[in-house]
Amino acid sequence: MAYEKKVNELNLKDTELCLGLPGRTEEIKEEQEVSCVKSNNKRQFEETRDEEESTPPTKTQIVGWPPVRSYRKNNSVSYVKVSMDGAPYLRKIDLKTYKNYPELLKALENMFKFTVGEYSEREGYKGSGFVPTYEDKDGDWMLVGDVPWDMFSSSCKRLRIMKGSDAPTLDASL
Amino acid sequence: MTQDRSEMSEDDDDKQSPPLDLRSAAIAEPSSSSSSSSVVVVVDSTPNKSRNCISSSSSGSLTSQPFPDHVLENVLENVLQFLDSRCDRNAASLVCKSWWRVEASTRSEVFIGNCYALSPARLTQRFKRVSSFVLKGKPRFADFNLMPPDWGANFAPWVSTMAKAYPWLEKVDLKRMFVTDDDLALLADSFPGFKELILVCCEGFGTSGIAIVANKCRKLKVLDLIESEVTDDEVDWISCFPEDVTCLESLAFDCVEAPINFKALEGLVARSPFLKKLRLNRFVSLVELHRLLLGAPQLTSLGTGSFSHDEEPQSEQEPDYAAAFSACKSVVCLSGFRELMPEYLPAIYPVCANLTSLNFSYANISPDMFKPIIQNCHKLQVFWALDSICDEGLQAVAETCKELRELRIFPFDPREDSEGPVSEVGLQAISEGCRKLESILYFCQRMTNAAVIAMSENCPELTVFRLCIMGRHRPDHVTGKPMDEGFGAIVKNCKKLTRLAVSGLLTDQAFRYMGEYGKLVRTLSVAFAGDSDMALRHVLEGCPRLQKLEIRDSPFGDAALRSGMHRYYNMRFVWMSACSLSRGCCKDIASAMPNLVVEVIGSDDDDENRDYVETLYMYRSLDGPRKDAPKFVAIL
Repeated sequence: MAYEKKVNELNLKDTELCLGLPGRTEEIKEEQEVSCVKSNNKRQFEETRDEEESTPPTKTQIVGWPPVRSYRKNNSVSYVKVSMDGAPYLRKIDLKTYKNYPELLKALENMFKFTVGEYSEREGYKGSGFVPTYEDKDGDWMLVGDVPWDMFSSSCKRLRIMKGSDAPTLDASL
Repeated sequence: MTQDRSEMSEDDDDKQSPPLDLRSAAIAEPSSSSSSSSVVVVVDSTPNKSRNCISSSSSGSLTSQPFPDHVLENVLENVLQFLDSRCDRNAASLVCKSWWRVEASTRSEVFIGNCYALSPARLTQRFKRVSSFVLKGKPRFADFNLMPPDWGANFAPWVSTMAKAYPWLEKVDLKRMFVTDDDLALLADSFPGFKELILVCCEGFGTSGIAIVANKCRKLKVLDLIESEVTDDEVDWISCFPEDVTCLESLAFDCVEAPINFKALEGLVARSPFLKKLRLNRFVSLVELHRLLLGAPQLTSLGTGSFSHDEEPQSEQEPDYAAAFSACKSVVCLSGFRELMPEYLPAIYPVCANLTSLNFSYANISPDMFKPIIQNCHKLQVFWALDSICDEGLQAVAETCKELRELRIFPFDPREDSEGPVSEVGLQAISEGCRKLESILYFCQRMTNAAVIAMSENCPELTVFRLCIMGRHRPDHVTGKPMDEGFGAIVKNCKKLTRLAVSGLLTDQAFRYMGEYGKLVRTLSVAFAGDSDMALRHVLEGCPRLQKLEIRDSPFGDAALRSGMHRYYNMRFVWMSACSLSRGCCKDIASAMPNLVVEVIGSDDDDENRDYVETLYMYRSLDGPRKDAPKFVAIL
């Protein structure tokens, strides 16, 4: 079965057919319902428990399937701490909301109002004086970007954006 | 330990629950006439009458004695007091009128599996000394938005009736009921000795109702709000507990989505010397948890709040969380971990070795973070988690947790087409490592018959097997065959199986197996399965102990539904949605079975003459159709 997926961040919600009332806000939680058994009967029950769908609905989402209570659906967030040298406050982010390094770095830049330099495998980050690093599950401090994204996101315990003067002491490779 | 399991469990009881005693319950008063022919029910022709009260009066066991024998009844009273199990009590009540009377006057714990099976008045007429009351309302599929809101299951008529009849009531345990703040206020006012309030999957009330209970129920030992929807009325309910030392033993409010007054909570815990179980909501931070733990080392069951830190000054010294957990040597049950920051997980190392129950199902933990923790949990019996621990994490569980009895793996991304981090590999590993397994709930994207068969062979103690392959109609992903043989092996080999939920591509053959081998199955959940009416017929003509049947989106029609008429009085309920049923057939059944309430549920704009039945929910009832049905429910 082919489902439409989110493509390049385009929100396909706007172009989707939906049985909801016109003029509903972006907080539509229910997707179009289809029953598998042939029937001319499509029904949409008002969702009273507000459910935040973090991904846009695929075209043929079925009501109540898989059978997970809405209570369980909007949770399971996992955060890592982010600190920046010289900044007074720690922040926290959910790594799952990013799909790759560019997205993450952009978010960090926005969060702490800085720019990170050009990344190269051999020389690390150059040009801005800020170096994003992270502590992995083994307790080692690594340069952000050295390992594939998936490996990074599952082993990153916390992030630290170092100021330029400390950066050269960090081993850029494993 | 078992107490913790039932707290965590979303499931029904696993105890045997005999059918509602229709015949003897129909007798409102012991009559002096000797005739006691069945008043209301048809003769039941099934061979299985052992727990079935719907039989003809040919047994002649209801001849009443011309003069009540007071001495005998006094003796009986003293003896029957020792009977706790409701099966035993139900059986005792059928011996004769005298026994029925005495049993009714001595039963203190009442269990009602369907709030619409009888009226509150009937309850209070029969049982005079009830102190503990368990009541269940909406059918389970309502949890998955398969029913419109405001369907019913109101607690109001029950609490108002019991307020007059049982002023000594101590315990109320509700599941899937609609409970209002007014109901809670009435409860708090009417029962001065009230001790335990347990609300599971309930809704309709808010923190103001909780505040009233906290304030007025001075003997309160248990206040457990579990997976309920509680509106935030912006009431500081924690401060409403009385000022002096409390009787609290268990306080669970992890589902309350409202900030709480931490200072008041700290004070409450400090003056609750009997507090053993505490489940916090996500508005209690890790720092605050630390303080609580230091003040409550006697806790046996802990639900953490938020397991992370908010924005904070960098220079602040962090509390020693591991030390706080070390102080809690008695903690055997751990849950919570909302908003988890994995770096803090090691704080729980000190208690891992003692844990018998661990619930990580709100925590998105990768295998790398998970393995060091689970490797210490040798005593674990109950484990709930998200599939983010992957097959690798399950293998670690299998290696360490040899005492495991219950496993639940929930999907982090509950969609049909999501990535599947767990598969048959994890299931196989668990089956090989955890031989004492009794109950499993497993969400996955792909599965094989081989792994399911392996589990059926390796885990003979299984009583609950619920496998949810999230892609509909998905076959064995290695062989491409239906999942018939896997589920067939489960019913064949797991001789103690009482609850089964099936999924994946299933033909009628799977149901043939279920009907033939599912001798003890009481609860069956079916979705997107089967080819024809024969499938449902196999089940209805087999499965002698079937009580609860819930089916959705399966091609079962009128002929199949009719084939079960001989047994619907022996069941608690049947749910069928998006199947192939016609209104005409449902009407026929309703006419033929007057003690069956046949509800056809639709939406408001339904054409009343429409023949197709979107949702059928039918159940036996002693007191006829309910009076509070909303517009979208048609009772045939």
